[in-house]
Amino acid sequence: MRKIISILLLVIIASGITFSLVKIPFGISKTKVGNYYIEKGIEQTGATNIVNYRGFDTLGEITVLFIAAIGLGAVLRAGRKKKSERKIEPASLILYTGCKFLFPLILLFGAYIFIHGHLTPGGGFQGGAVIASAFLLIYLGCRERRINKTVTKVTDSLGGLIFVVTGLIGLAVGNYFLINFLPKGIPNLLFSAGIIPIIYIAIGFKVGSELAGIIDGLMEET
Amino acid sequence: MIFVSVLVFVMLIGAIAASIFKDLINAVIAMALVSLLASILFYFLQAPDVAMAEAAIGAALTTAIFIIAIKRTNRHEE
Repeated sequence: MRKIISILLLVIIASGITFSLVKIPFGISKTKVGNYYIEKGIEQTGATNIVNYRGFDTLGEITVLFIAAIGLGAVLRAGRKKKSERKIEPASLILYTGCKFLFPLILLFGAYIFIHGHLTPGGGFQGGAVIASAFLLIYLGCRERRINKTVTKVTDSLGGLIFVVTGLIGLAVGNYFLINFLPKGIPNLLFSAGIIPIIYIAIGFKVGSELAGIIDGLMEET
Repeated sequence: MIFVSVLVFVMLIGAIAASIFKDLINAVIAMALVSLLASILFYFLQAPDVAMAEAAIGAALTTAIFIIAIKRTNRHEE
């Protein structure tokens, strides 16, 4: 009986989604705001990756991530038993060597993504995630190494602080949060687009250290 | 076009496999495959920044977190 009801519900949901999506032409944008951003975006912001328009959303995103990290830390801390002195099994030679070789390259790639956030696809969040995966590799390959928790906490807080303060300076100088108060410069150069690189570097450090902290907390429990 | 169709087909197989497998490690690997192919698909649909986020978070970090969770619980589904 339960199976029949669930199949029926799934059919209803699937047909609803199909009928609502079939009306939308694929690949043709019907909204005006998207075309406006494509036409005027570079001119208004001086960047090809126009984060100015959605900087406030990014603040919400990193707040959600921050709360998730805090919640995870609290749960893991509450369930922690006495520290058992288990011997850590060393990783295989291939994994160890590969991780030692790849770790700096992945770090460099992550840093490249968020430093060039205003020029190329990707930004602070993506770069931070790549950096966190580099730390995951360290935890898998070089088992006895641990990241310094104080450093991740300080980097995390500093990144958030820089982002919010940059936004608040905009509020003080201009009329709204995250206004671009620095000179825009020439588009497509590294030092251009005003505050966007600053924001992206802050977000990159914040997301990277936060996700690395989450991995650290989970790994220490196992 | 054919490439994208093959990609979607393999993704479907991976998703079904992830729900069928009784060994949860295998199921997680199948899910990672779906994420990885989804990131390639995003790239071909001209959304490279979503592809980056999907590859780093969906394929790498989520898989690791799932495997850590499975290591602390049962590996096989009853």
